[in-house]
Amino acid sequence: MPAAIFGIMAEFESPTALVAAARRAREKGYRKLDAYSPFPIEELNEALALHDNRLARLVLGGGVLGMLTGYGLQYWVAAINYPLNIGGRPLNSWPSFIPVTFELTVLFASLAAFFGLLGLNGLPQPYHPVFNVPGFAMASRNRFFLCIQAADPLFDRKETAVFLESLEAKEVSEVAN
Amino acid sequence: MPDRELLEADGGQGPVIEPGHTFATVTDKISSVVLTRRTPVFWFAVLSVSFLLVMLLLFGVTVLFARGVGVWGINIPVAWGFAIINFVWWIGIGHAGTLISAILLLLNQKWRNSINRFAEAMTLFAVACAGLFPILHLGRPWLFYWLMPYPNTMNIQPQFRSPLVWDVFAVSTYATVSLLFWFVGLLPDLATLRDRSRNSVARLFYGVLAMGWRGSARHWRVHDQASLLLAGLATPLVLSVHTVVSFDFTVAILPGWHSTIFPPYFVAGAIYSGFAMVLVLAIPLRAVYGLQGMITMRHLDNSAKVMLATGLLVAYSYLTEIFMAWYSGSPFEQFVIWNRMTGPYAPGFWALILCNLVIPQLLWIRKVRLNTVALFFIAVVVLVGMWLERYVIIVTSLHRDFLPTSWGMYYPTAIDWMIYLGTIGLFLFLFFMFIRLLPMISIFEVRTLLPEARVREEA
Repeated sequence: MPAAIFGIMAEFESPTALVAAARRAREKGYRKLDAYSPFPIEELNEALALHDNRLARLVLGGGVLGMLTGYGLQYWVAAINYPLNIGGRPLNSWPSFIPVTFELTVLFASLAAFFGLLGLNGLPQPYHPVFNVPGFAMASRNRFFLCIQAADPLFDRKETAVFLESLEAKEVSEVAN
Repeated sequence: MPDRELLEADGGQGPVIEPGHTFATVTDKISSVVLTRRTPVFWFAVLSVSFLLVMLLLFGVTVLFARGVGVWGINIPVAWGFAIINFVWWIGIGHAGTLISAILLLLNQKWRNSINRFAEAMTLFAVACAGLFPILHLGRPWLFYWLMPYPNTMNIQPQFRSPLVWDVFAVSTYATVSLLFWFVGLLPDLATLRDRSRNSVARLFYGVLAMGWRGSARHWRVHDQASLLLAGLATPLVLSVHTVVSFDFTVAILPGWHSTIFPPYFVAGAIYSGFAMVLVLAIPLRAVYGLQGMITMRHLDNSAKVMLATGLLVAYSYLTEIFMAWYSGSPFEQFVIWNRMTGPYAPGFWALILCNLVIPQLLWIRKVRLNTVALFFIAVVVLVGMWLERYVIIVTSLHRDFLPTSWGMYYPTAIDWMIYLGTIGLFLFLFFMFIRLLPMISIFEVRTLLPEARVREEA
């Protein structure tokens, strides 16, 4: 058994080639694979069967929490902790509590979106094996990469490399762990 | 003019990006401004001038802290002088950034992709300048945290029925959300800079900020969702901010302030001045850094059109104000308008009409919209006009209210001017630091504009 590697990476020159390769790899039965590109490619979601919608739920949760916090805070301040009787007007004067409730809803939802983005993407991440591939820096410029991970049950160091070569990859290289 | 040729390339509408660019060229062109190109003399010149203005700001603020708000021209009856004028002006300028980054994203206006980054940065810095003023105006600025509700031994709490407290929440939320939105957009570009810089300090700096972004399809999916959700949240937020600012005025029973048209009128004015600032910054920058291929005439033309449209909304609001004063039958309302037009501040009012209503009508002419020099000067005129508008609203309404015995005049002092000019310096200083250290155009979004970014389906 040779030294463990993270996976095998193929390099492509266009988004079209990357999407086609990702589709072929899925068809072949590979599941632990990821694509890297310098800009978002919508077709990859479908090619790699990405259906993660947790962020939307997080943001909704953040918004609801913010709304409750905003209204609760004002109710507590104006009606419980520091009630001011001005001409017998109601302490729970809800119409004037709307703006701050709204602002805190947006604030909490946005914070949920931001931290959700970091959390779901596992950032900050100081080390990741894919950066060991020479030329991977081009993934943030004009190159497109497809990586099949060694953790995939179908992964075979030789066969997977041969398969990736067959996808008209510009270059295929092993990803050191 | 090379701009003219570009414009004719696409049925007169003009391309949003110059033909011939590839993923590599846009990446190199935008990142070279930060990483490899020699910093132009223009940059040093603006930075030096703005640095001097920042010193002026620090001097003014020091005098203010040492001696109190009496160093300003404010008094009774005009207790809201430059501080509130500048606050409203700056926060209005910020609005264009969010409009471009959020509303145009939701409307799928692709042309925004090359101007959204610096417009968002402009928002952040404008809000920073705006936020200074209410705090400086507090009199005892070191107690600003009393504005927030927190358990305290005095057992007092802020009044949540007051728009002034709503303002604290609106502006601080706006600043936070703008910062998050801006940073989310920057994340992939920071990774680009990390991968492209050859200097180890720069690589560490961008590497830490990029937080390990590697452009994986999973990253992009969440990133896309986050951008859209933040845009959806920022859109009502930006409309709410200037609405809340206008509530500061409308809840007062003062004639000239007590009006239901203020919220939409303020929002339109905010976008008007914001787009003017976008043009004032974009026109010199694209020339100095040779970015005419990315910030094309199409962008300037579209921004000019937005300015014209919002300018007309503002004009409509002025007319409505005048009409409502007459129609209300209230002698006090009528007096305020008459006093604005013929009173001691009449030159300010007529200058405002000239700057905001008359001169921008030149934008109807296509030739003017395609002339960068003319466009730059019209944008400056609009910025001046919008500042005068706030001056007129605040000072003329306050200086003569119901009782002639309580009338008075307002004259700004040297310290007022120092602090105002100082914030312009602060804004430019922050902005020019930004264009030196971070990509001023969103690299990954410009890549998506290229024809080669399209995935072709093979049959």
